[in-house]
Amino acid sequence: MIKQRTWYLWCVAVVIVALAGCQTIPKDALKLKPESLQKRALQTRMYEGVAEVDILSASAGVMQDLGFNIDESETKLGLIVGSKERDATEAGQVAAAIVIALLGGGAMAIDKNQKLRLSLVVRPASADDKQRHLVRVTFQRIVWNTQNRITRVEGLEQPEIYQEFFDRLSKAIFLEGHKI
Amino acid sequence: MKFTKITTPLFLLAALISLPGCQTNSSKQLLQTSESQVKMRSIQTRAFDTTDKNKTLRTVIATLQDLGFVVDKADETLGSVSATKLDGYQLRMTVTVRPRGGQQLLVRANAQYNLTAINDPEIYQDFFTALGKSMFLSAHSVD
Repeated sequence: MIKQRTWYLWCVAVVIVALAGCQTIPKDALKLKPESLQKRALQTRMYEGVAEVDILSASAGVMQDLGFNIDESETKLGLIVGSKERDATEAGQVAAAIVIALLGGGAMAIDKNQKLRLSLVVRPASADDKQRHLVRVTFQRIVWNTQNRITRVEGLEQPEIYQEFFDRLSKAIFLEGHKI
Repeated sequence: MKFTKITTPLFLLAALISLPGCQTNSSKQLLQTSESQVKMRSIQTRAFDTTDKNKTLRTVIATLQDLGFVVDKADETLGSVSATKLDGYQLRMTVTVRPRGGQQLLVRANAQYNLTAINDPEIYQDFFTALGKSMFLSAHSVD
């Protein structure tokens, strides 16, 4: 009787371990959500009276101003992709790590490096309108901690980031337009 | 009782073999497919009644951005777009656009979620639904 129970428990354990190995994609990963439209508005600006190629070259300039390296570009599709690697240390985490170390908890892993990516896409506002263009920019990052483990994989959605980026881009496009 | 005595070691043996997925040489993953090629192709492909490749590619890019992807690469000549979505997980997707006859374009998408290829038809259907909305065209299934 006992042996049978053990056997049964083994079965259950094996099934649990096997299931934990399965990763399934969230069902709504490729569904448009109500917030998709809000994000689009946040990440998009319209520019009028500037050629697509001029917007692209101004954008490349802004990316360089921000320290991004250009990884990829396809001007025929209005695309520029850039990335940069930076420090990801945050004061809060360092403080928490110090407190834990003082309490005898040993060394706590804290965020150390991050890779920030940006892709910028310019497209005509409509098929028959060559005067107005939509520019959409999207950011994401991967963060590694002091043990070289990935701690965050995320899109960046703070409105301030986009606001500042487009402020810079607007200035650059203006300068480009006046060839300064 | 005797039954369990024999089955326990057998079961454990089977479990040990099956848990690592029977993978004896991980480089075999290179040419691994999980479903039949024909079936996957039809799940991943739709035809659209347009011949404007550039506009279709631009719409694919816009749709991917709507879905939270950051575009990694695009090539108009080859007709391909690759993009990554990071949201606590990593979802990579490549979409290709190529002509079919003189009237249509074929759009094919393939995606991987973390370390596994996505075979779920519904996930691809969601993508083509979103794309169809942006294209203002309906997506036709292809056999």
